[in-house]
Amino acid sequence: MLPSSPVIITHRLSAVFPDRNGGLQALDDLSFTVWPEEFVCVLGPSGCGKSTLLRALAGLLPPTGGEILYRGERLNGPADGIGFVFQRANLMPWRSVIENITLPLELAGLPHWEALARALAMVKLVGLEGFERALPRDLSGGMAQRVAIGRALVHDPALLLLDEPFGSLDALTRERMGAELLRIWQANRKTVLMVTHSISEALLLADRVLVLSPRPGKLRLDLRVTLPRPRDDDIRYTEAFGALARQLKGAIG
Amino acid sequence: MVHTRPPKTTSRRLGQALLEHGAFLLVFSLGLGLMAWHITTRLKVVPVFMLPSPGRVLARAAQAVLDGTLLINGLVTLGEVLSGLALGVLAATTLGYLLAKSRPVERLLTPYVVASQSIPVVAIAPLLVIWFGPGLFSKVLICALIVFFPVLINTIVGMRTVPDELRELMRSLRATRWQTFTLLEVPAALPVFLGGLRVGATLSVIGAVVGEFVGAKYGLGFLVNIGRGLYDTPLVFVAVFTLIAMAMTLYGIVVLLEYLLLGWQRRPERISRTDEE
Ligand SMILES: Nc1ncnc2c1ncn2[C@@H]1O[C@H](COP(=O)(O)OP(=O)(O)O)[C@@H](O)[C@H]1O
Ligand SMILES: [Mg+2]
Repeated sequence: MLPSSPVIITHRLSAVFPDRNGGLQALDDLSFTVWPEEFVCVLGPSGCGKSTLLRALAGLLPPTGGEILYRGERLNGPADGIGFVFQRANLMPWRSVIENITLPLELAGLPHWEALARALAMVKLVGLEGFERALPRDLSGGMAQRVAIGRALVHDPALLLLDEPFGSLDALTRERMGAELLRIWQANRKTVLMVTHSISEALLLADRVLVLSPRPGKLRLDLRVTLPRPRDDDIRYTEAFGALARQLKGAIG
Repeated sequence: MVHTRPPKTTSRRLGQALLEHGAFLLVFSLGLGLMAWHITTRLKVVPVFMLPSPGRVLARAAQAVLDGTLLINGLVTLGEVLSGLALGVLAATTLGYLLAKSRPVERLLTPYVVASQSIPVVAIAPLLVIWFGPGLFSKVLICALIVFFPVLINTIVGMRTVPDELRELMRSLRATRWQTFTLLEVPAALPVFLGGLRVGATLSVIGAVVGEFVGAKYGLGFLVNIGRGLYDTPLVFVAVFTLIAMAMTLYGIVVLLEYLLLGWQRRPERISRTDEE
């Protein structure tokens, strides 16, 4: 793969769920491109098909129309090198923090010691040192979501898909987790596609924001976020931020 | 933020005290029961052939141990119980897994499964003895039948508790069927499954006794029958107590398994929640 070739190309993507009255259209004619090392946020009203889009990109849901090219190849089924973070942490309650993080490596058949070494590095990356042996039930929401991020990154995926990963967290924790995700992204140069319903979160994190229309999800706006990095909290109060936020708000409707 | 809580040692000591208290209560209530039994026989309110004294039962037990009757018959019953349990659990988990995994299989087999639940095993036990002879096999079959249903149901219900999101996770990580089975389905379904096994283990003992009542040459159920015929009531008591001990031990083994395998469900002790520094 050339460094400049897109990670994802969706071409006239559509998704229809069968239902009683002829099918429920979740995504319609969705075409966009994601480039390597880009941080892209997806915004849209709830129920517009954001999760459906992410599941399609993860290869969990075959699109009913159009196609997805992942690193230049047509995607059919879950591909290698994709990390998925769900809205809820989605940990295995019988596995400790470290065992949850080693799971992807275990499935890939890595030797135990190697899996463990890499998982320990992840624990450090997401700031959970000292909690390696803790069980999910003993973790707070924020900590659990850190474990989920560690698990999504441990097999060093090129593409990280996040579905409202901080949606269930309180505002303060949410901000810190966003900053942390940014740090991880900058340190590891991943391509990130993250669904969120927060305009300011999208503007603080993303290079680009895709806005979807209410169901069926069509691309309403593909906005380049021109704000300089690093973006600290104060950037919210700048003119440029306000202008972009208004533009997004207008598109969401 | 660190939540304060009582130091660990205090709660542990409290737990220990309660445990000792529980053990004490158990011994106390057993002792009380024995005493009541003893006094009842002493007062001769019931004829002795109906209710022998604890002492006589104990003496009869000693005799049965010494002449080997208890060992031989106990082992026969235990063998039936364990084989029946193994067979029933094997059949129930295999079928339960298939039913939970496949809609067509479920549609095809559900009528039979429901029918199998409504078979009064006790009533068809004589039939099984006629078909398969008075030997071990018919007993094993009766045990297996009686064990089958609760284990089947709990296998299916257990499989339904596997979260869809974790299935998606496994799929996104390209887990094989076998990996999904061993790393997700088994551990997720285990708590409910073991609940079924707990019921099945005790039912298996009942199955063996029912089978032996119908016709047998050995076994604790057979001893009960013999004792009744000979008005050897102490022997009946000895056999019944042995059966109770057997059922309780099996139950205890499953509880121990739960304790060992489901530690992640227990864990009352919480790590202090330090969220974001
Ligand atoms: N597996 C499914 N079967 C049927 N309908 C579904 C399924 N998943 C999602 N939908 C429907 O598709 C629409 C989009 O859902 P989703 O992608 O979850 O929206 P969002 O994540 O943007 O809130 C919703 O109307 C939802 O009810
Ligand atoms: Mg969603």
